[in-house]
Amino acid sequence: MEFYLLTGATLCLIAGFAHTLVRVSAGKIQPGRVNLASMVGAFALLSLDLWMRGQVQRSCPLYSLFDVLLFMAWATALLYFLVGSAYRLSLLGTFTSPLVLFLLLLAQLAPLSRDPIPATARDPWIEFHAALSLIAYGAFALAGIAGLMFLVQDRQLKKRKGGSLLYNLPPITELAIANTRLILLGLIILTVAFAAGFLSGMQVNTLKFWTSATIWVAYGILVLLRQIHPLAPRKTAILSLVALGFILVTLPAIQHLSTAK
Amino acid sequence: MTILCAGINHRNAAVEVRERFAIGTHELEASLSSLRRIDGLFGAVIVSTCNRVEFYASSVCPLRAMDGLRRFLVERTGCTDLPFYSHDSLPSVRHLFRVACGLDSMVIGETEILGQVKQAYSAAADHGATNACLNKLFQQAFRVAKQVRTETRITRGSTSVGSVAVELAGKIFGDLSGRKVMVLGAGETSERVARSLVSRGVRTVIVSNRTFDRAAALADSIGGLAVHFDHWHTAFDEVDILICSTAAPHPIVTREKLEKILQSHRERPLFIIDLAVPRDVDPSVNTIDNVYLYDMDSLEQIARQSIEIRQTEVVRCEQLIDRHVRDFLTWMHQHPTMPR
Repeated sequence: MEFYLLTGATLCLIAGFAHTLVRVSAGKIQPGRVNLASMVGAFALLSLDLWMRGQVQRSCPLYSLFDVLLFMAWATALLYFLVGSAYRLSLLGTFTSPLVLFLLLLAQLAPLSRDPIPATARDPWIEFHAALSLIAYGAFALAGIAGLMFLVQDRQLKKRKGGSLLYNLPPITELAIANTRLILLGLIILTVAFAAGFLSGMQVNTLKFWTSATIWVAYGILVLLRQIHPLAPRKTAILSLVALGFILVTLPAIQHLSTAK
Repeated sequence: MTILCAGINHRNAAVEVRERFAIGTHELEASLSSLRRIDGLFGAVIVSTCNRVEFYASSVCPLRAMDGLRRFLVERTGCTDLPFYSHDSLPSVRHLFRVACGLDSMVIGETEILGQVKQAYSAAADHGATNACLNKLFQQAFRVAKQVRTETRITRGSTSVGSVAVELAGKIFGDLSGRKVMVLGAGETSERVARSLVSRGVRTVIVSNRTFDRAAALADSIGGLAVHFDHWHTAFDEVDILICSTAAPHPIVTREKLEKILQSHRERPLFIIDLAVPRDVDPSVNTIDNVYLYDMDSLEQIARQSIEIRQTEVVRCEQLIDRHVRDFLTWMHQHPTMPR
């Protein structure tokens, strides 16, 4: 059953992505309903899959890299629905669905164990910490996407050539605001997640601790520079993409260290 | 029942001819009553805009109705040589649909004409000058116009330098309300752009010109402030959009000067519209972060691009229109004895 749910979610996103590509090649870049429908379908199927895994594990399914990738894809889609409706950023879905699809494909194609790990005695604070951390990473992923959209729109405006992308992407000021606010949102959630981790008194591998701390400090500095110092929106967008790349590279390592412990 | 159309437009008549035939709002009721009295004519709608004067009518005796319409126009204008085109059912229906879609306009795809056609139809309906056939015809025209707008790119982009500049401002700032504009050089084009920006909600306009009186006059007319040309940079704080159109032979906004001014500008974007030839702004300014510089050439290129996109969409629009024309004619054949 889980196999079908995950395959269904992936196929939904592939269909949405293919539809977008067809529209783009036909010169239409307007946000379409098909893309939104594919995201809604994929999110529903993914939610059901995670719920079923949670039932088997009798806990939040976050104990393997396979679970983590699925949960991060789910959190990114969830934040897209929350943020997308708040900011009404045109094309945010078009940029978000490839990332969610990438995470799902990575989970399914990489040689990872899919077997649910049944719960023994588990601390709810640790589960809260892990779930919240991944939701924070979802916010950072969306901040990176807003940053990427900012850079594309900045390039379009600097090129002075017009074109469909320029007309369909949101105003650059709104993208800069979304980028900054999503970084702040992610940082707040990550801070709460870390506080929960400390409260649980969990034992953490030194490398995992410093990697997580680096991410927290990096985003903290970014927020500080943006709020106090006039860090230009373009530099913020670039740095948010660099930081997202760092998270995507280190996440498997952190998870590996956690399970190894 | 036959649908008739007769009229003149910007293609076959110069403005001095069109203005002789134009029917103002105050004359509309009387004109519609006169048309209604024409023997064999059951309903009429008059579309009178700056680019066209057109009469749409339904009749069972098209020749008699056309004669009556001709007599009406000769009596009204005293002109015996009428430069009017006239069509019967199929081309008339097609013509109205093309007009409503903006395909017959001076600027292809412009949307103002649809509002004008809607207004003309609603005025005729209010005066009891329409019948079932014309009601159906105009409703179908509004439907096809809506479909053409949503399914094709016929209204894509802006087609004039001024509207491109305003659209770009929207792509940089989103909502323009509360934004501050500075106009350097009170030329005609810069005035037009400034006025468009004000109509989109811009908060403050500062005008600076070598001749202070000219700056003061323009500032007065658009509700802005005038500053002496030598002090324009001191009033630059919080300016979001800079419009330049001075007659200076060398750039007056250089990279060095702007970088110094922007130190207090924090991270807000600055949109510079350089309408001057020779240019007022050093092109290297465009490489500064958060500064977007557009000169005449780049604005015109974007406008041309929009026109080209619209032209490529005409074929698709015509296909949609053809389908609706067929639907309407089928409906007419199915209702040969509709109420008059």
